[in-house]
Amino acid sequence: MLLSLTSATVRFGARTVLDAVDLEVAEHEIVCVLGPSGSGKSTLLRAVAGLQPLDAGRVVLDGKDRTGVPAHRREVGLMFQDHQLFPQRDVGGNVAFGLRMRGASKERQHAGVRELLDLVGLPGAARRAVDRLSGGEQQRVALARALAPRPRLLMLDEPLGQLDRSLRERLVVELRELFDRLGTTVLAVTHDQGEAFALADRVVVMRDGRIAQSGTPLEVWQRPADEFVARFLGFENVVGAQVTGAVAVTPWGKLPVSEPAPQGRRTLLVRPAGVRLGPADEGLRCTVTARTFRGTHVAVRLQPADGPRLEAACALRVAPEVGSEVGVGFDAAEIVVLD
Amino acid sequence: MHTKTLVAVAAGLGLVTLAACGSTDGGGAADTKTVTLVSHDSWAVSKNVLKDFEKQSGYTVKVLKDGDAGQAVNKAILTKDNPQGDVFFGVDNTLLSRALDNGLFQPYEAKGSDRIGAAFRAGTSGHRVTPIDTGDICVNYDKAYFDRHGLTPPQTFDDLVKPAYKNLLVTENAATSSPGLGFLLGTAARYGDGGWPEYWKKLKANGVKVVDGWEQAYDEEFSGSAGGRKAGGDRPLVVSYASSPPAEVVYADPKPATAPTGVATGTCFRQTEYAGLLTGARNSAGGKALLDFLIGKEFQEDMPLNMFVHPVRADAKVPQEFVKYGPQAKDPETLAPDRIAANRDQWVKSWTALVLK
Amino acid sequence: MARLALMAGPVAFFAVFFAWPVAAIVARGLRPDGGWQLGRIADVVTRSDLRHVLWFTTWQALASTALTLLVALPGAYVFARLDFPGKRVLRAVVTVPFVLPTVVVGTAFLALVGRGGLLDDLWGVRLDTTVWAILLAHVFFNYAVVVRTVGGLWSGLDPRQEEAARMLGAAPLTAWRTVTLPALAPAVAAAALMVFLFTFTSFGVVQILGGPTFATLEVEIYRQTSQIFDLSTAAVLTLVQFTAVAAVLAVHAWTVRRRETALRLVDASLTARRPRGAGQWALLAGVLATVVALVLLPLGVLVQRSLDAPGLRYYRALTHEDGGTFLVAPIAAVGNSLRYAVVATAIAVLIGSLAAAALSRLPPARPRSAGGTPVADRIVRGFDALLMLPLGVSAVTVGFGFLIALDAPPLDLRQSWILVPLAQALVGVPFVVRTMLPVLRAVDGRLREAAAVLGASPWRVWREVDLPLVRRALLVAAGFAFAVSLGEFGATVFIARPDNPTLPVAVARLLGRPGDLNYGQAMALSTILMVVCAAALLVLERLRPHRTGEF
Repeated sequence: MLLSLTSATVRFGARTVLDAVDLEVAEHEIVCVLGPSGSGKSTLLRAVAGLQPLDAGRVVLDGKDRTGVPAHRREVGLMFQDHQLFPQRDVGGNVAFGLRMRGASKERQHAGVRELLDLVGLPGAARRAVDRLSGGEQQRVALARALAPRPRLLMLDEPLGQLDRSLRERLVVELRELFDRLGTTVLAVTHDQGEAFALADRVVVMRDGRIAQSGTPLEVWQRPADEFVARFLGFENVVGAQVTGAVAVTPWGKLPVSEPAPQGRRTLLVRPAGVRLGPADEGLRCTVTARTFRGTHVAVRLQPADGPRLEAACALRVAPEVGSEVGVGFDAAEIVVLD
Repeated sequence: MHTKTLVAVAAGLGLVTLAACGSTDGGGAADTKTVTLVSHDSWAVSKNVLKDFEKQSGYTVKVLKDGDAGQAVNKAILTKDNPQGDVFFGVDNTLLSRALDNGLFQPYEAKGSDRIGAAFRAGTSGHRVTPIDTGDICVNYDKAYFDRHGLTPPQTFDDLVKPAYKNLLVTENAATSSPGLGFLLGTAARYGDGGWPEYWKKLKANGVKVVDGWEQAYDEEFSGSAGGRKAGGDRPLVVSYASSPPAEVVYADPKPATAPTGVATGTCFRQTEYAGLLTGARNSAGGKALLDFLIGKEFQEDMPLNMFVHPVRADAKVPQEFVKYGPQAKDPETLAPDRIAANRDQWVKSWTALVLK
Repeated sequence: MARLALMAGPVAFFAVFFAWPVAAIVARGLRPDGGWQLGRIADVVTRSDLRHVLWFTTWQALASTALTLLVALPGAYVFARLDFPGKRVLRAVVTVPFVLPTVVVGTAFLALVGRGGLLDDLWGVRLDTTVWAILLAHVFFNYAVVVRTVGGLWSGLDPRQEEAARMLGAAPLTAWRTVTLPALAPAVAAAALMVFLFTFTSFGVVQILGGPTFATLEVEIYRQTSQIFDLSTAAVLTLVQFTAVAAVLAVHAWTVRRRETALRLVDASLTARRPRGAGQWALLAGVLATVVALVLLPLGVLVQRSLDAPGLRYYRALTHEDGGTFLVAPIAAVGNSLRYAVVATAIAVLIGSLAAAALSRLPPARPRSAGGTPVADRIVRGFDALLMLPLGVSAVTVGFGFLIALDAPPLDLRQSWILVPLAQALVGVPFVVRTMLPVLRAVDGRLREAAAVLGASPWRVWREVDLPLVRRALLVAAGFAFAVSLGEFGATVFIARPDNPTLPVAVARLLGRPGDLNYGQAMALSTILMVVCAAALLVLERLRPHRTGEF
């Protein structure tokens, strides 16, 4: 393991921000820590970087215990949320900073700057002032700066947080390609699940200073560990249920589940795609309260006469009008029994 | 990292301290080649005269100027257990008792003391101090003003309370200014314990103006001085020194044929300045040599044009300017130091209540 | 922990060169024969003449502060929001009185309000023996404090805030009152407190212009210590003044903190523009007239008197060794002053930067950064106010204290030249701290972290991140410390020194002797001092960082 974090604990006064977290990152792996703000994910990065001392636990990098080592000797890279480029230095000065701190020669620094600016798609920008750069360019310079000293582990704090959506979607693909090409080991934190799923080999979901779930994007997406993870991933159709055999009793009536399913008192997730709309007199009778166009599909919000709201996904041309009455059926393949 | 910071801070501070210590040259106890003179800000001597002494005696003279006359004495008393130097020069008869009572000086009879006028030697308390110079505090008048107004300048204390001289005199606060105190003592000597408050009441009624220091009185209020003329001073009478008129000539360019100011010779109070070997002097041999020098002829004759005072040594020649422009009062008021000592604080207090409030 | 280490230097400096001497002289007064005589405190405090002094000190300080705000706030607006040619020069010029020694300025100021002065010529009004002279002189001295403190903040306030209020339906005056004024209030309060502090401890002005009938505590302490030699009365008065000043500083520290945390500022060059409309032109004209009458005129009198002899004779006389007043040519005082000022500036900048660095590492309010225990924070914050105390303690107290405290090895400094720059640095440090602190606090802590993660050690972080960002503020602070120590008179004159007088001391000594040449040379030296100060301040104007400190 390149990084292993054992029972890492950080307290701010009475509040425990990081609660005995265990985390491992393998060489060349890209791990994304996902969680709402306040879940402790940024503190996790700062603890690994050495900017936040641990109250308990250990940080082992490349087999060596680095728990008490100050930030400047840990040799990890960190890209800050809002980049934190040095305003008094030009682009080249920023990128060369880490090399200079490690005592690299002038030639080596120049070569490094040129190579990295080429790599991040800003060739020839070395002499530009950083306050004249656009947001995307700043992000690239910050990345080049963090990569320049060739850290064994690169950490990214909300790497694309401040950029607009289209730029973000393009950059995330570029990043993924770049890291694959360089074989960089990456630990990133973000609150955006789309970003995390696009970037990561493995996703770690955090809640209140603990790890709620860890797995490949597909695993996490398909089988959220609990209601919190499911809701954090954006699923709304989450209800309590009594599961007996292949049937779950819910406020929406009896729903089919795939066998073998955990039995007894459970939480049920119904993916929007598993909510089928039909004529009003078939299945659960609902009123359409809203429609939201989502590009590839339409999200339809439904209010049953009795029980919590439902969300369904359906094709544009079959989407019912707001106010119309529909009957709802459920698809066992899109229903997951949690816990 | 914390240790490093501490070390850096300590090193920085150490540097400052070292720089400071390294420069206290001559402050060390063992140095017998340097003799240190502590004086007030008015101390001055011609360079070559001091050089002569250094050459002849083999000592290097270090001079510390320690504020105005009162301050210098007070500081010397404050540091008497660990004095700053070997010789103190500049305590006058108005403050002499304060210095003697505090045991500031040790006895030494300087070579040449016998040449000092007898009048100056009174009250030196077994040679604990040596008189060095003397000067009179007198009312100065603006000659031009009195010419212009066809008025005779006042000559005596009594003249000053006459209606003809109403609103013409400016003097200094006796509590804070040395000439101010001298003038008060002059009136006390002239009119006695019971009489001087009466005199000051009249003076006040006749419009005397009191300012805090000599600079304000002479340079701002007095119409006869160079500074006062520029500042538009409108008081043609000021309490200053008998040596002020020669200074108005010496420090003018071109030099006028006569001094623009004169001295009311009947309003003078005689001030004598003393020097002494400090108790606990580290270089008392050097200090003694320095005292001999201060009373020697060369210094005594150099002194007048540097400090604008008269020599106390009978055989010292007085410069031409002094003879010509600065007449010494024939019969100045004097007070015995012990009388000053007994009454000074009470007089100043009464005076403050009477004149300022 | 690191913060406490940073503080060790400044704390040691203030302990040795301020607290100890002052404590020593106070103890000497209250314990003349080895036993504490605390009864003296009650004796002195109940003396009616001294109660009168305390009363006068307080009310004249309040009146001076009110008057200064009244006169200077329009100036603060004009310098902050209006663009006009010569603004920089003028801003430097109004600061000159603040760093000039009072001996010089008192003389010049008499030319305005005294006999034959402007007021006398125009309306036959003479103020030189009234309390008005003191109050006006205090305005003259402290005009720059208000203009720089309030104006500095005002120029950084985003005008769009007021525009936003206008869009929500507020009339211009209402918008100003409800948006700008509350934002300015802490700066106004801070400036007012500084002015109050300076006038409460006023010495030279009161002595020269007030005559023997008016005395502040500071003047009375001087009289008791230096003339009457009643150390116990002086000690009690020192304690009284100390208590009052400490209270003022506590309030000051509180307002400053509020000011530093609350606002987001914009570049000053974006907010100033050419005056528009009759109102703004009238305001500009009024402020310029005030500056001319209040500042330029008295300063001009000095220059005029220094030139009042054919062929620059007074200036030429400065180069002659007269063998009398000085052992060297008076012009050598310029060199002495510059040398002292350089050393004093170095000390002030070193100590002040360490202190500012320690103070700037304070977490804002929430316990975020590592290792910052509340106790340590409180110590550091208390230190903030402590640094200002030398501004409120009489120079004569410090000077006499040096004499009896620093008299034994390894710190036998009484005869050392270093004592003069040390005393000057005591006054300079608060200015350095006040200038550097806001800038250091504005440095984003994560920039430092970014550098650390890239491999920079704490020292390199300071050199690579902090220093480049605060370099200008550091230069400005150094310049201010330099100008202040050039003009410093009080502490210098109370310290025994070999015969190498500084400019203010030489001026005072020349003024202390009769004769035209002496007077003329005093004016010429004053003019030189003024020009050097003005030049230093003008350089500072060019360096002014966007976020200025208090001065």
